[in-house]
Amino acid sequence: MEAAENTLEVSVWRGGEDGEYQTFQVPAQENQTILDVVSWIQQYADPTLTYRFACRVGMCGSCAMMVNGKPRWTCRTHVKKATEGADKIEIAPLRNLPVIKDLAADMDPFFDKWVKAGAVHHPTRTRDDAIETITPDEPGRVEAAKAIECINCSVCYAGCDTVANNPDYLGPAALQRAWTLYNDAKDADRQAILDNVSGVGGCHNCHTQGSCTMYCPNELDPLSAIAGLKRVTAQNFFKRKG
Amino acid sequence: MIRPHRTHPLWYAYMAHRLSGLALVLFLPAHFYVLGLALTDMAAFDGFMTFASHPLVKLAEFGLVFLLAIHIFGGLRLLALEFLPWSAPQKTLAAATVAVAFLLSGTFFLQAV
Ligand code: FES
Repeated sequence: MEAAENTLEVSVWRGGEDGEYQTFQVPAQENQTILDVVSWIQQYADPTLTYRFACRVGMCGSCAMMVNGKPRWTCRTHVKKATEGADKIEIAPLRNLPVIKDLAADMDPFFDKWVKAGAVHHPTRTRDDAIETITPDEPGRVEAAKAIECINCSVCYAGCDTVANNPDYLGPAALQRAWTLYNDAKDADRQAILDNVSGVGGCHNCHTQGSCTMYCPNELDPLSAIAGLKRVTAQNFFKRKG
Repeated sequence: MIRPHRTHPLWYAYMAHRLSGLALVLFLPAHFYVLGLALTDMAAFDGFMTFASHPLVKLAEFGLVFLLAIHIFGGLRLLALEFLPWSAPQKTLAAATVAVAFLLSGTFFLQAV
């Protein structure tokens, strides 16, 4: 019954940094995500296959992988979308991160850079004060709202060539987070944020290649967020000089 | 080979900007050298101008102007992207305006020559 056309040829990365691709034949379904394919291999072909997922609905950001050379959230990526007409699927761990094993990349450098970008809240009030009212249509709030749906999946980080070429570069996600906080009227120390993102590895490293915005599965726009940081750091520079 | 994650317009724009910049870096010293000849060595300069009237050289010159155009517009694009936080419709309007202006001034220019 299993005709060749009902089978997908899937190459999956096995091992660590110096591993290699292993090919599996996976039954094709009409409706099938890349994560379904990976799960099928783990359940029916090789239980030692290592990969990550949790929510399966695009909320948790743990399932991102390179699929046919592009970073994708695999739980929400249909096989037909990922193959783009090709008859083979190649699945690898996320780019720009160390490989732990098989499809599991080490996310530590990615999260360390969130901390490095210094995107921690600097409060304006204490717990004894009333909560500050922010209306949804305030310009700062509108700008901040554009990025709060980030799920930390690291797809933008994996797609970015600047990250690949400069190990110090904070990357799109962390910088976008800093931009969100900069636009938060409740943040008391915006200068600290600007200082953090304009040093070595900061927003000025960005070459505006736009892969972050291109591949963000939640359709966020880190490219514009980084442009925003460049703009305010430049204004800030001239203000301080004058 | 261009890796799959790079196959989108913004990345191509980045690469075109880079390559045109590099090519200009190689070309400009030669350009200034030849211009300098006009001041110091008229005979050599005239010799070069005869060489430059060759159709192939003319074609190459067109390429250089083209490179310059790519690089200028690439730079303007970056400035607009980073310093003008416009909405998508505003960007479309601005691009359309520039295109129309370019077309009009180009038509007049062609009539003048
Ligand atoms: S499994 Fe949670 S985002 Fe894909």
